[in-house]
Amino acid sequence: MFKRKLIAAAIALACAGPAPAQDAELAKIREEITQMKEVYESRINALEKRLAEAEAKAGKGERGAASAETAAASASRRTGENAFNPAISLILQGTYADTSQDPETYQITGFVPSGGEVGPPKRSFGLGESELNIWANIDPYFQGRFTAALTPDNEAEVEEAYVQTLALPSGFIAKGGRFFSGLGYLNPLHQHAWDFQDAPLPYKAFLGGQLKQDGVQLKWIAPTDLLIEFGVELSAGDQFPGSDQGRNGIGGSTVFAHVGGDIGRSTAWRAGLSYLDISPKDRSYDDVDAFGMPTVNSFTGKSKLWVADAVLKWAPDGDATRTNFKLQGEYFRRKEDGEITYDDSGGSALFGPVAGAFDTRQSGWYLQGVYQFAPRWRLGYRYDRLSFGTVNNGIVQSSLGPVAADFPVLTPYSPSRNTVMLDWSPSEFSRLRLQYTADKSRIGITDDQFIVQYIYSLGAHGAHGF
Amino acid sequence: MFKLLKCIAALALFLAAHSVVAALNVLACEPEWGALVKELGGDRVDVYVATTARQDPHRIEARPSLIARGRRADLVACTGAELEVGWLPLVQRQSGNPRIQVGQPGNFEAARYVTALEVPQRLDRAQGDVHPGGNPHVHLSPHNIEKVAVALGERLSQLDGTEAPYYEARTQAFLQRWQQAVAKWEQAAAPLKGMPVVVHHKNFSYLSAWLGLKEVGELEPRPGLPPTASHLSGLLARLRTDPAKAVLRAAYDDPQAAEWLSTRAGIPVVVLPFTVGGNDKATDLFTLFDDMLTRLLSVAK
Repeated sequence: MFKRKLIAAAIALACAGPAPAQDAELAKIREEITQMKEVYESRINALEKRLAEAEAKAGKGERGAASAETAAASASRRTGENAFNPAISLILQGTYADTSQDPETYQITGFVPSGGEVGPPKRSFGLGESELNIWANIDPYFQGRFTAALTPDNEAEVEEAYVQTLALPSGFIAKGGRFFSGLGYLNPLHQHAWDFQDAPLPYKAFLGGQLKQDGVQLKWIAPTDLLIEFGVELSAGDQFPGSDQGRNGIGGSTVFAHVGGDIGRSTAWRAGLSYLDISPKDRSYDDVDAFGMPTVNSFTGKSKLWVADAVLKWAPDGDATRTNFKLQGEYFRRKEDGEITYDDSGGSALFGPVAGAFDTRQSGWYLQGVYQFAPRWRLGYRYDRLSFGTVNNGIVQSSLGPVAADFPVLTPYSPSRNTVMLDWSPSEFSRLRLQYTADKSRIGITDDQFIVQYIYSLGAHGAHGF
Repeated sequence: MFKLLKCIAALALFLAAHSVVAALNVLACEPEWGALVKELGGDRVDVYVATTARQDPHRIEARPSLIARGRRADLVACTGAELEVGWLPLVQRQSGNPRIQVGQPGNFEAARYVTALEVPQRLDRAQGDVHPGGNPHVHLSPHNIEKVAVALGERLSQLDGTEAPYYEARTQAFLQRWQQAVAKWEQAAAPLKGMPVVVHHKNFSYLSAWLGLKEVGELEPRPGLPPTASHLSGLLARLRTDPAKAVLRAAYDDPQAAEWLSTRAGIPVVVLPFTVGGNDKATDLFTLFDDMLTRLLSVAK
């Protein structure tokens, strides 16, 4: 019994709980575990942070690589002296023509020849003018444009070479150099952008095809919602209907005004009025007398030309991609007053140089419509007409010798033409055109002209005017 | 004489007073930028949009009304990246307005503020109507709209310093609403990921990149050339092995080619508004994306 009590007491003592020494050890162990936890946790945090930073760097590196790539790509396109190269475009044109009359005999009867290349293209295959355009901004104040026409006869003609302002205030734009006059509608547009292979009759008769000015132009656009612009040009006046004068001062001047706007979203229009005032001196042309011998006639005086033009463009909802229609026309009225000199000394030498008063009141107009009926196809029709009006030839009227038959070019006659065309444009840079003209420019003759024309443009493609 | 001077003085005062209240004149090239300028500028801007959603911006001409609007514009807000190269340079040259010339603060090009997709490795017109700066139809990703909005807000403040706080406040408000809307759209658009589609023209690239759509073919044989019968037949044959769920086209695209493919391949045509005003529902930038998503989700099943 006592033994049992003793064992029980020993067990009880043993189970009474740990000794204070064991307590301290446990606490120590707990502390160590906590410390380890903290250390490991901080190490894991540090590792995670490093991982995050590494990932971010990798991401940045990727983006950096991508942007470096694009920067390098664009930089490689834009370094060195060529970085500021201007825009360059080349227009290639050519024709195949089948005409019932010889193009060399082309003449607009009733109207003084304008001396320009106004006849039909040569028969069979022929190269048209190759047009080189170069343009760029020169500095914040000016931009420049150059157009050269390289003719199939291996001549280089400067069609336009001008400088235009960028930063004049209050809606002014000034231009100087050689440029197509802002007269009319078709005149300022390049020939390759026209809707027919050639210029209308009034342009051929009154402007020598297209009027180029060597001079200056100032335009002002009014700050209105309707487009209202005015322009004035001063030139040397040496292009037909002017002549090379070798004179100081201004040989010719032009003023023009345009009004234009929208009708709804589908239609846009523009109307204009222009006036050309020029004083030719010894403007001469070759003719033959009643015997067929060569003569030279020259005119000195004043020439005034009025032009009224209008254009209307329609497209469903204003989207010209599939179908669109363009209607356009111009009316010309010319008044010339001065003196004409008839000189047959190079031919019959019957009368020698004879001078007389000379005044003419002549006019002309054309109307054309072009309809795009499918995304790449357009059909066009044009009617042109010139009216002989009145031509008072003082030499003939005052019976100074030569008679009306000695001025065959000025035989009273009103030329007209009917033209129909179909063109196919596989893209906006290429065009193939088929055109038929019933041409009654020569008195008593109808010239049937079938023309196939191609127009291709390479390089930068500038925007065309409206 | 004195009366005339009084009249002139009164007129001058009236004009001066009027110009203080006058709005910033903005010419926006496309409806999406017009809508964005209206959001950020509120009633301090007077916006004229040069094109509508029914017009292909590639085929626009510099008509008289645009030149007149360019004349008075303080800011021209366009895409850039050569999208408007057929008419905008002419409007700038003929408008007589020094403020909107290239390099001036009045000339804003949205494409400069976003990363371009499909930048061509090689520039050649034989590839069709490619843009050297990459795909210019940048407005179809709402992330791009966000980036452009930040830049446009800054530009408005730069041009009209007195109203800068107003533009900044409106820009911040717009960005907040926009970011919420984008989060909502991205959530709703989850079913569209990987959906194969045929597109009429490569003008949906930014939308496809954002939504994860897979463009398996185009109706145009090359960018800018109209669809041809032979190309469409080849596309139809390809779709038999690699099918698409729908044909996507913009409101201004020709419906014929899309209809042809849709009937023969048995897939629906989805006419997306493409920009603000493309249909009755897309009246601003928010409803534009709402409507496009609704239409896409309706064929995603």
